[in-house]
Amino acid sequence: MRKIPWLVPTLYIIFLMLPIYWLLNMSFKTTNEILGEFTLWPNNFTLENYITIFTDPTWYTGYFNSLTYVVINTSISVTVALPAAYAFSRYNFLGDKHLFFWLLTNRMAPPAVFALPFFQLYSAVGLFDTPLAVALAHGLFNIPLAVWILEGFMSSVPKELDETAYVDGYPFWRFFVKIFIPTIAAGIGVAAFFCFMFSWVELLLAKTLTSVAAKPIAAIMTRTASTSGYELGLLAAAGSLTIIPGAFVIYFVRNYIAKGFALGRV
Amino acid sequence: MAVKSTNQKAWLFVLPVVALVAFNALIPLMTVINYSVQETFGNNLFFWEGVKWFEQVLHSERFLDSLGRQLLFTFTILAIEIPLGIAIALSMPHRGVWVSVCLVLMALPLLIPWNVVGAMWNIFALPDIGLLGKAINSLGIDYNFTRDPGAAWFTTILMDVWHWTSLVVLLVYAGLRSIPDAYYQAAMIDGATPWAVFRHIQLPKLKRVLTIAVLLRFMDSFMIYTEPFVLTGGGPGNTTTFLSIDLVKVALGQFDLGPAAAMSLIYFLIVLLMSWIFYTLMMKNEEQ
Repeated sequence: MRKIPWLVPTLYIIFLMLPIYWLLNMSFKTTNEILGEFTLWPNNFTLENYITIFTDPTWYTGYFNSLTYVVINTSISVTVALPAAYAFSRYNFLGDKHLFFWLLTNRMAPPAVFALPFFQLYSAVGLFDTPLAVALAHGLFNIPLAVWILEGFMSSVPKELDETAYVDGYPFWRFFVKIFIPTIAAGIGVAAFFCFMFSWVELLLAKTLTSVAAKPIAAIMTRTASTSGYELGLLAAAGSLTIIPGAFVIYFVRNYIAKGFALGRV
Repeated sequence: MAVKSTNQKAWLFVLPVVALVAFNALIPLMTVINYSVQETFGNNLFFWEGVKWFEQVLHSERFLDSLGRQLLFTFTILAIEIPLGIAIALSMPHRGVWVSVCLVLMALPLLIPWNVVGAMWNIFALPDIGLLGKAINSLGIDYNFTRDPGAAWFTTILMDVWHWTSLVVLLVYAGLRSIPDAYYQAAMIDGATPWAVFRHIQLPKLKRVLTIAVLLRFMDSFMIYTEPFVLTGGGPGNTTTFLSIDLVKVALGQFDLGPAAAMSLIYFLIVLLMSWIFYTLMMKNEEQ
C-alpha cells in the first residue's frame, strides 16, 4: 500500500463508477436489447430514451419541479441560518445550548415518522402540491444543518473583526452584509452545497407532499416503473439525467469542499 | 474559541429559524403524539386509549425484528464504512489536480437521488441483466438477491458502502489537511513508523471529524428507507425490512394510525437517545 499509493483511491473510484457506467449503458439501449441479450456496451446505440424524456412534458417538468423546490429550500435555509448561526457563535443567551441541541434533533427525525402528519399539515394550510411545501418541509433537516455548519465557520472568525468594525462606526447590518458575509463565503458555499444535496436526494417527503402539479422527477420515475410496464431503458435515462445537477454543483464547490470541511464542523 | 458575551437580544437572530423549524417539527410531532394515545374508526372520531399502542408495539415481535435488523444493518455499515473511509483518505494524493478529480468523482454518489441509487443497484445487481449479478454467477456462486436473504443483505450493504463511504472519506481527508506540516516533520526526525504517525498524530486530530462522521452515518443509516425499498422492497419476505420501511407499511399501507404513531415515537426516541450520547461525547472532545 505504501509502495503504490494510487492503488487504493483508484480501485475505490472504479468501484464507484461501475454502477454509474451500467446505468448509462442501459440508458443507451433499447428495451429489447436490455431484456434480450447481455452486452457490456450498447450494440444498437439509441438516443430514443432521452428523446422521450426531453419531448414529453410529464417527464421534463419533473426536473423543473425538483430544481424549483431545491433552490427555494437552499435559499431559505441559508438566509435564515446566517443570523441564527451568528447568534450561536457570538453570544450567550437564555437556553442557547438547549435550543442548539433541539435544532439538531430535527436533523435526526426519520422522515418516515413525519410523512403522514406533514401531509395533513400542508393540506390544512393549502400548500399541498406546491414546490413551496416541499421546500419548507425539507427545511426541517436542512435549516438545522445549515446553522450547524455556519456556526462552525463563524466561530473560527476572530471576534476582533466584529469589534474593529464596531469601533469604526459600522452599523451592525452593514458590517454583517459588507464584511462578515464575504469573510465566511466558503462556509456559505459548503452550507448551500449540503442543503442542495439533501433536498435533491430526498424522496419520501417530496413524494408525500405532491400529487400532480409539483411532482418531483424521482417520484415520476417510480410511477413509470410500476404502471407502464418495465421500461428499463427509459428509467435508466431518467436516472442518468438526475446525476447531472449534482455533478455541476460538485464541480463548482470542489475547491471549497476540502478547505470548507477543514474549517467548519462538517 | 473567543469568549462569548451574554446578550438576550440574540434571540431575535434565532427567531426565524425557530419559527420555521417549529412549524415543521412541533405541529407534526403533536399530531403523532395525539394519534399515539387514541383509537379512530374514521369520521374524525377519536377515543382515548392511553398507552395501549405503546405496549402493543413494544411487545410485537414484528417491531422487535425490524429493530434488530436495523441495528445489525447500522452497525455493519459503520464497521465497514468508517475504517474503509479512513484508509482511502490516508492514501489520497496530498496536492495537485488529482485531488480535485478524486474529490469530484468520490462525491458523485452523494448527490444521486436515493431512489435512483436503489434503481441503479437493482439494475446493476440483477442476475440476468446486471453486471454484478452476472459476474458473481459466472464465478459459480448462485447469487440472486430477489430470492436469497443472504444475497439481499450483501447487496444492500454493498450499496450503502458505495453510497456513503465517500462522506467519511471527505470528512477524514479534510481533517487530515488541517494537521500542520510541522507535526509530520517532527515525527520524521524522531523516525516514527507510519503506524506510529497514524496512531499518535493523525488519529487524535481526527477525533472531531470522526465523531461527526459516525454521528451522521448513524443517524442516516438508522432512517434509511428509499434505497432498500427500491432495491429489494424489504424482501425477500421481511428480511430487509428496516424500521422506516416497516413504519411506512403500518402507517400508509394499513393506515393503522395509533400503532404507527406509537411506533414513530419509540423510533424517534431511540434515534434521539443514541444521538444525544454521540453529541455529548463530541462536545466533551471540543472542550478539551
